[in-house]
Amino acid sequence: MSDRVRRVSLGVVAAMLALAAPLSLTAFWLQTGLFAMAAAIGAIGLTVLVGVAGQLSLGHAFFVAVGAYGYAFLAGKDTGSLVGAGWPTPVAAVGAVALAGAAGALFSPITRRLRGIYLGLASLGLVFLGQHIWHNASAVTGGFNGRDVAPFNLLGFSFTATDPEVVLFNVPYGALERLWYLGLALVVLSYWYARNLLAGRPGRALAGMRDSEVAAAVMGVDVRRYKAAAFTISSAYAGLAGVLLALVFGRIVPDSFGFLMSIDFLAMIIIGGLGSIAGGVAGALLVTALPLLLSHYSDVLPFLSQPGEPGVGAAEAARLIYGAAVVAVLLFAPGGLARLRLPLLRNLFPRRPFLPSQGADHEANAGTGHRAVPDADRL
Amino acid sequence: MTHFFDLLMNGVSLGCIDALIALGFVVVFKATRVVNFAYGSLLLLGAYVVGRYHDRLGFAGAVLLALGVTAAVAVLIGVVLLRRVRLADPGTLAILTLGVDIVLATELTRRIGTDLLTTGDPWGAGVIALGGVHLPQTRAVAALVAVTLVVGFLAVLRFTDWGIALRACAERPSTATLMGIRLSRVAAGTWILAGSLAAVAGLFFTAFPSPGISGTVGQAALGAAVPAAVLGGLDSTTGALVGGLAVGLTATFAAGYQEQLAFLGRGLGGVAAYVVMLLVLLVRPSGLFGKREATRV
Repeated sequence: MSDRVRRVSLGVVAAMLALAAPLSLTAFWLQTGLFAMAAAIGAIGLTVLVGVAGQLSLGHAFFVAVGAYGYAFLAGKDTGSLVGAGWPTPVAAVGAVALAGAAGALFSPITRRLRGIYLGLASLGLVFLGQHIWHNASAVTGGFNGRDVAPFNLLGFSFTATDPEVVLFNVPYGALERLWYLGLALVVLSYWYARNLLAGRPGRALAGMRDSEVAAAVMGVDVRRYKAAAFTISSAYAGLAGVLLALVFGRIVPDSFGFLMSIDFLAMIIIGGLGSIAGGVAGALLVTALPLLLSHYSDVLPFLSQPGEPGVGAAEAARLIYGAAVVAVLLFAPGGLARLRLPLLRNLFPRRPFLPSQGADHEANAGTGHRAVPDADRL
Repeated sequence: MTHFFDLLMNGVSLGCIDALIALGFVVVFKATRVVNFAYGSLLLLGAYVVGRYHDRLGFAGAVLLALGVTAAVAVLIGVVLLRRVRLADPGTLAILTLGVDIVLATELTRRIGTDLLTTGDPWGAGVIALGGVHLPQTRAVAALVAVTLVVGFLAVLRFTDWGIALRACAERPSTATLMGIRLSRVAAGTWILAGSLAAVAGLFFTAFPSPGISGTVGQAALGAAVPAAVLGGLDSTTGALVGGLAVGLTATFAAGYQEQLAFLGRGLGGVAAYVVMLLVLLVRPSGLFGKREATRV
């Protein structure tokens, strides 16, 4: 079997499993999966920005929040103390993504001037600024107590338990089952778009910018424009993640979008392998699912304590594990999950020649005696 | 007007604490180009040790222990973990320290749990009243200690061999190495210094009038250190001091004039510093005193 055939067949099997999943999964698993999908979309966006374009951002949570609140506002109706635009939900979702993208573009006076670590620290400011806004703009965000999110409704088909009622193979399709397909579609769309983007001219320009801004500028890359574009695209991705997250939560509160969320996103793309889209998705699955899984199985896992008892609880264990994973990956396996040389993973994460960070440079340089630059240098 | 002087005094004293925090952050960056995101957790660690052991060891003993523990952990991070990736760029190193921060903060928060830890310092809730201006005793002590430490540090930086070595490393590591300066030793020194500063700052950061030692302290401290350090310029010790004062004053005044600033929302104190930071960065991308990056081809 050629590589391609194997990859395609693996993909087909995975797609069928993903499509059939709601038939057998419980609500817990569906919710875990949906959180992971939202995280995956956000992680793809951050991969484009940090992994490929080399612009460190700690402000991803801010843009996710813009998407989430943007959707809640645009799709919501005026009720009590809350205001809403009352748009049809698909239009509101697109609007929210555009809003997040615009927020990223508005940040460009800062991104244009700053580089490297200064940029990362400045973007951290956005998260704190955002927290202040979400808490205080209570007419739009509902303040500390949060705001309910209008369920998605596509041309009369509502993503709730009823209207119309759907039963497939004796499985009633409720909100989570329906959202599952929406999430899948969005993840596939996001993945496909990012891959195409990076496979072409913009991808090479962004990677060139990461490796050397001066060299990229000499080659004719408009560095300022591409920096702003990278932030805009990455923020739009974050916004889409925010919309999906808002739909899954059903109610959004400011505290979900704090500094911790930004760190989580960075952990995802590092663990997955910097610069690799598929790696980012894998990292997102791992980082999102780990705490949920550990808490779900905390009664069976011997090293975890129950809530209220002394000892290491599930949520804490998950954070300890992935904090340590970030350190370990950077120290010992700078390529992350995407570079682990396991036969199965190699099929799932094929190497691509245009992005040196996905492994091509080692192979390309091996013969010529150049030192292959480890990925860790490229952030 | 009394209100104004009240705020000014409190702002300056809080600014002194913030300057201490920022100094530890900046010293490490200056010598090693590492943005130390684990700094908030180090500070929490110092405060935690004081809070946990001041009953058994007495306040002074607990502070000494805290100094030792945070310095040791800081060296562990700086020397054992970061040396392996010394050649990597600042972004990678920063994310590595983020990983350490996640682990440290999680474990400390877990250990604190629902306990109500206080620093148990001898000044307690005492307040100095001077012509209508009120200042908590802890803040006055903090300002004194901070000024002493900063003056001492600047003297060390200026006059001792180690200080010269540190400045040489900051200027150009490769040349410093050629002059016989051991980068690793200088780096270890700055990590020890940063760890000790974190313990001292952690003590005053959590003492009265702060509510006590809780898991959120680390994030709050990092939240003060980042704008202070960036505002002043990441590689400038002067910048850290000015930035710290600016952050302390901004936070205090924004909180003190809340009613007048009500249209900007509640809880302005925490976020005002970031607004100032972003505004400064728009005009001076390397902060007020930071070295401008020149692009060489």
